[in-house]
Amino acid sequence: MSAPVLVVEGLSARIAGQQVVEDVSFEVPARGVTALLGRNGVGKTSTIRAVLGLIERRGLVELAGERIDALPTHRIVQRGVGYVPEDREVFGGLTVAENLRLAERGSDATGRELVRELFPDLVERQAQSAGSLSGGQQQMVSIARALINRNAVLLVDEPTKGLAPLIVKDVADALARAAEAVPILLVEQNLQVVRQLAETVVVLESGRVVHRGPAAELLDDPDATTRLLGVHAEPGAEEGER
Amino acid sequence: MTDAPAPARRAGWIRITRAGWFPLALAVVFGAVAAVLPLLAIEIPGVLPGPTYLPGTLQLLALCLIFAALALSYHLLFGTAGMLSFGHALYFALGAYGLGVLLQRTDLGLVPAIAIAVAIATGIALALGAVSLRVAGISFAMVTLAFAQAGSVLVRRNAWLTGGEEGLRLDTRNVPEFLIGVLNTRNVYWVALVVLLAVFLVVVWFERSRAGHVAVASRENELRVRVLGLRPFTVKLLTFVIASALAALTGTIYFVLQSGATPRATSADFTLTLLVIVVLGGVGSRWGAVVGAFVYTLLDQRLTAFAASDAVAGLPDALRIPLSEPLFILGTLFILVVLFLPGGIAGTVRRASSGRRVTRAARERLEEAE
Amino acid sequence: MSTIVLLLVTGLGLGALYFLVASGLSLIYGLMGVLNFAHGSFLTLGAFAGFELARRLGGDSWPALIASLVLGSAVGALAAALTELLLIRRLYERHIEQVLVTVGLSLATVALFEGIWGTDPIYVSAPAWFGQTTELLGARIPNDRFVLIGVAALVLLGIVAFLRFTRYGLIIRAGVENRPMVTALGIDVRRAFTVVFAIGGAAAGLGGVLASHYFGYVSAQLGGSLLIFAFIVTVIGGLGSLSGAAIASVVVAVLQQFANFYWGVGDLVVVLLLAGVLLLRPAGILGKKVHA
Ligand SMILES: Nc1ncnc2c1ncn2[C@@H]1O[C@H](COP(=O)(O)OP(=O)(O)O)[C@@H](O)[C@H]1O
Ligand SMILES: [Mg+2]
Repeated sequence: MSAPVLVVEGLSARIAGQQVVEDVSFEVPARGVTALLGRNGVGKTSTIRAVLGLIERRGLVELAGERIDALPTHRIVQRGVGYVPEDREVFGGLTVAENLRLAERGSDATGRELVRELFPDLVERQAQSAGSLSGGQQQMVSIARALINRNAVLLVDEPTKGLAPLIVKDVADALARAAEAVPILLVEQNLQVVRQLAETVVVLESGRVVHRGPAAELLDDPDATTRLLGVHAEPGAEEGER
Repeated sequence: MTDAPAPARRAGWIRITRAGWFPLALAVVFGAVAAVLPLLAIEIPGVLPGPTYLPGTLQLLALCLIFAALALSYHLLFGTAGMLSFGHALYFALGAYGLGVLLQRTDLGLVPAIAIAVAIATGIALALGAVSLRVAGISFAMVTLAFAQAGSVLVRRNAWLTGGEEGLRLDTRNVPEFLIGVLNTRNVYWVALVVLLAVFLVVVWFERSRAGHVAVASRENELRVRVLGLRPFTVKLLTFVIASALAALTGTIYFVLQSGATPRATSADFTLTLLVIVVLGGVGSRWGAVVGAFVYTLLDQRLTAFAASDAVAGLPDALRIPLSEPLFILGTLFILVVLFLPGGIAGTVRRASSGRRVTRAARERLEEAE
Repeated sequence: MSTIVLLLVTGLGLGALYFLVASGLSLIYGLMGVLNFAHGSFLTLGAFAGFELARRLGGDSWPALIASLVLGSAVGALAAALTELLLIRRLYERHIEQVLVTVGLSLATVALFEGIWGTDPIYVSAPAWFGQTTELLGARIPNDRFVLIGVAALVLLGIVAFLRFTRYGLIIRAGVENRPMVTALGIDVRRAFTVVFAIGGAAAGLGGVLASHYFGYVSAQLGGSLLIFAFIVTVIGGLGSLSGAAIASVVVAVLQQFANFYWGVGDLVVVLLLAGVLLLRPAGILGKKVHA
């Protein structure tokens, strides 16, 4: 097995003085999708934001063998960490094209073709302001911003949150395509999507890692799924959030 | 007040712990020392202009006491409740001018006139506070600034009532004899001391009351207070009104001490001065506010004397011009304190005495005040 | 009728001054969350620099005026950029302390200006055309009003074009909306901070030279008195909104002129307007969110 692309060891983070991530350790293999799971509010988003340096953090974070935990956010991203935030966070006042242009990092921006191929919709709407797009389209802008550059790893936070089932499938397929080229750390509530994409899972509970292992093993064990994720793994049931 | 369930930490001034006594004991010691100063002949060259029994020195010290009281009222707003107001001078000026106008235009005695002036200022604070608190943070700061500026314009424009740019003089008809004249400065000094101690007690009492705890809590996390079912607005307004009333009270004594007031007391610069005092002393610290007021007032006075001295007059322009402007030196000093001494004087003393780093705590305090 | 036209144009001229100050305040606040109390000092410094240059070049010629405008904005931009680099940047993300530093800077610089140029107003001279009037719809309008309005319109267009067509403009617009996300796209947003400070300082410095002609004098207090109205304008317009600042500048200044002329209470009406806007729309005309 090759070396992991991202190593997180003993990571702790605080928001407004409150400990939200506590001594978290896991690795993201250099290939495929790793799912970061856990109930609402256990600290998945905070873990990702801590890796990116968006919140105050302590501990070790290595990207391709080099420590990045002391770097400011923009430097971490420049080293090849793509981020698709929870709730999309597109710039509503900017056009689609401007959103993408902002994300392009010079010579790293080798993903234009892929974006055009995956999201033909966005090409059509590139002059439209991102704020006027539907939730699904905004999510595509958000994913496109990450895919447009060559990255070492993608951090993708609940990309299907609040989307209609049909769109969920589009998003999952797009991520599957992306995963052929770049490893992904994926936070996802929809276990079907997890089953489709992820090989490995890491489960958090109250800011700590409580389980690590192959995805199928966890998802095939209804008891463990219920205990660790607080949901029932019923194949075919859609997660209807918001 | 709200009628929500009582929080667990239902501290009142009825249950005062041993640590809770300490500030009060310190206040008693401070009060006792300050009270006997006019009877002694203490000289501190370079700090005080002369021995402590002389009216000139007492006048300056009384000013320190008044500014300390005013700074304490500002501490209640900014340090305790985290409300950054740029218009606190308005209420100080309302007290001063209110008293002046009442004494001039009515036959009220001093004490009733003070009571009415403070009551009027309190009413205005209630109305303006209710409007200003529609917004928070930086918008609140700007809005309070705008209201204070309107007050300043009113004072300058309506010379028939306020004396305009000339200022308003104290009409002594109904002022007790023992407060009038240079020789009675020490009586005014004692009154100022009593007012400072009274303001101090009110501030301590408020901070320990349930409303005070809610004010602190809403500074730290407004959401949590809402979840508790309390309305931060009500508590903030209460804090605003109490702080304003205290400022008005100190304004009335200021008017008596200075035998008048000028529009400078209404200006935005004056509020900024208060902010400088509180930050210099240490945001969130009562004693910081008091010490800051003394340091600032004495420094201002000394720097003014220094600026006019021959030593400065003989310097080349590049040195003479900055040194002859006390506010330039104070402003620069203030910038340096903000940059390099988070926590101000109180923070530095605490750091030195405990040996531990409180820099971060002080910094977070400032952050939370947003 | 002619009175109304005169008041309207004069109000627009004053609104132009407000806008020159408020545009920078609003951009800086929108991007960085900093309320810049020293902004008035950038204006005053620009005014004094323009005055000193025009005086040396012979005062009342057109080249002297244009040179003073250029110098005023350059000095304003430089002072603002230095303020950001030397003071604001060290307090990254500590908003209250950043405000405090600008408060200290404003106190210190105003005192310094008084030390250098004295406390009395200094009268400035301009090309003779400035003091003359032009007839418009029956009203005799002082010519300096037109210059003010024209320059402010150019500045507005310039800033809008900058925001729309440059990479920095893109970063600034995105940053006003959601700054952490901009850094999460690998962009060092702090460089944009210096840029907005410089733009705001340039507009303020330009406004300083123009204000000295509008009022006829320079003084150490010039910036401070305009700053308070600029604050009101930014709150009414909505913090962080450039177009909000533009609209509010005109509304506030025109209202102020009319109230002053008919009842002599212009300043109070402005404060009442502020109170009204806060009661009805706490986020301002074009503001999106209330900053807690
Ligand atoms: N901005 C914030 N302020 C205060 N607490 C927060 C904030 N964001 C998240 N938290 C707290 O941090 C914890 C972890 O949140 P988060 O990382 O968003 O969880 P998840 O993504 O797993 O749902 C939660 O308890 C949440 O209440
Ligand atoms: Mg989350």
